[in-house]
Amino acid sequence: MRTLGIDIGSRYIKAALVADGKLISFDRRETSCEPLESCRSILGDMGADRVMATGYGRHLLEVHGDIPTVTEIKAFARGAREFFPACRTVIDIGGQDTKVISLDVEGRVRKFEMNDRCAAGTGKFLEVMARTLGYDLAEFGALPADEEEEVRISSMCTVFAESEVVSLIARGVSRSRIAKSINQAVAARVAGMVKRFPVEEEIVFAGGCAHSPLLRGMLEKSLGKKLFVPSVPEITGALGAALCAVQESA
Amino acid sequence: MENQYEAIWKELGLNLENHAGLLGVLSDAYINIYMAQKNRPKGMEYFDFVVSEVHGLRIKEVYEAKESGRPIVGAFCVYVPEELVLAVDGVCIGLCAGAEVGSEEAEKFIPRNTCALIKGFMGFKLAGLCPYVELTDLIVGETTCDGKKKAYEIFNEITKKVYVMEIPNMKGPKGRELWESEVFRFREKMEALSGKKVTVEGLQKGMALVNAKRKALQRLSALRAADPAPISGLDALLVNQISFYDDPVRFTQMTNALCDELEERVKSGAGVAAKGAKRLLVSGSPMAIPNWKLHAIVEGSGAVIVGEEACIGERNFRDLSDENFATVEEGIAKMAGRYLSIDCACFTPNDERLGNINAMTGRLSADGVIHYSLQFCTPYMMEAFKVEKSVNRPFLKIETDYSMEDFGQLRTRVEAFLEIL
Repeated sequence: MRTLGIDIGSRYIKAALVADGKLISFDRRETSCEPLESCRSILGDMGADRVMATGYGRHLLEVHGDIPTVTEIKAFARGAREFFPACRTVIDIGGQDTKVISLDVEGRVRKFEMNDRCAAGTGKFLEVMARTLGYDLAEFGALPADEEEEVRISSMCTVFAESEVVSLIARGVSRSRIAKSINQAVAARVAGMVKRFPVEEEIVFAGGCAHSPLLRGMLEKSLGKKLFVPSVPEITGALGAALCAVQESA
Repeated sequence: MENQYEAIWKELGLNLENHAGLLGVLSDAYINIYMAQKNRPKGMEYFDFVVSEVHGLRIKEVYEAKESGRPIVGAFCVYVPEELVLAVDGVCIGLCAGAEVGSEEAEKFIPRNTCALIKGFMGFKLAGLCPYVELTDLIVGETTCDGKKKAYEIFNEITKKVYVMEIPNMKGPKGRELWESEVFRFREKMEALSGKKVTVEGLQKGMALVNAKRKALQRLSALRAADPAPISGLDALLVNQISFYDDPVRFTQMTNALCDELEERVKSGAGVAAKGAKRLLVSGSPMAIPNWKLHAIVEGSGAVIVGEEACIGERNFRDLSDENFATVEEGIAKMAGRYLSIDCACFTPNDERLGNINAMTGRLSADGVIHYSLQFCTPYMMEAFKVEKSVNRPFLKIETDYSMEDFGQLRTRVEAFLEIL
């Protein structure tokens, strides 16, 4: 049986196709302003016996396609366990949510934390800041984490932090220094969320932001622990949803 | 077509255009949230009617009561002794505070980061949307939090009719003394306002009316312990919200009629959700009408809310006043004692609340607890940490306001919480 997990996030729609319990293909598209159209085309392209939706837009498919849903919390937990069977903590920095999920030994969700309301400390925040500094996301995440002195970014609000960054640029602070400070600010915030639980290892860093070695390194430093990153971190939720669909049909 | 109540609204100085808009939004929300529910008890028809006439028939009744010389007293807190208002034949009304209206107007007087309830009551008044506030002869405030305390000063400048009762911070002998003297001072205020003396008979009548209302609400709360739940959390919340502004005699009668029907449902095993549906207790800040946001999210996700450990909920009716007294002084002292059993987060320490929450989760067989705080409601936000440690059940902490911008986020949290249960 082929099951498809589709994770409708605020920035991207991710899809993962699973056959006989193994990931066989995946896809990623921009959510755009026509998410339903993108979903339909993915559904058409990837052909599956069962589909499970997750992510911020999951109810869109429930309403329009009678497709069952699972929250991204459960989906990420399931997906992270698939990549790393010993996983006990999941960090996901998504487009508009940052989530920290604590799992029990069996992999069941025990507790979770999510950021409140705004985009502070999320992927969208990093994206806006990278653009303000003239980096593309790959460059932004590949900056070396050297010992250059940090400048403090005090606002985590996307709008205010952007004006803070603009004034730092105007003061002649180098953009690489500003960029590292922004990543540091996000790492500190996420580490704070992680520390609200007793932190159990292994810790899996999932979601698109896990592609950034800079952020990963800073998070590891803040937590004093090693992070495990899936081979395709952004499809963790979609993969989890696909596997939940397998479970449900069993 | 001119609304039949428009003359009253006009006379009360409401902003008719905005008011029509508010009623339209309210009616749409009610249809979407309430009328879409399945298996509602027939007894809810009365409460549907009361909501549809929230600024209509009920306003006409209060208007006529005022015309006949009865004092109209508005309040925002379960600490205001309704018994004393009824003892001088007055009408006690919980004022509008449950919707995000008039924020711009309110922000001319209070900071933007003020809790939604305070902003709501300022906004309702300033935008000319609350007919009740216009009908009151006296608005009774109380010192249950810093935000309310300071807002009442400003509210008094605007309305010229605010009277504030001092609620102690601690429940020791000095605190009890202070509170008792405040209730006696309120008696004098009621006597001056009405030109009537509080008599033993008057006080007994007032207590009997309020106790009967509380007993009906206790009965409703007890019936929610059944599995399957005979009534939705949304409907039970609504009944509790209406208890603050409906005529107490009629309200008690209709709530008891609803409970008769629910008893039949429990006997026959009928309910609003399937047997075994996840059962949740909501605990924390008050949800003033029409704040139905959290209940709508939770019950829209397939669980059922079986209790509200809140002022609009259990805290309002958990304890009764002792009707056994020989003098007015004795009666008032007993009543004052009953009020001090309320476990509001404005007190320190407030460990009774933890015991009461655990008693409720046990009695109602709740699978989990959702702690609900209005944003900037410091007392409840702080207590959430203690509550989490004491409940011994899955626990979800939510902090929100009346806006819909975080509806999707809250839904994700609630659904993920239900997946854990």
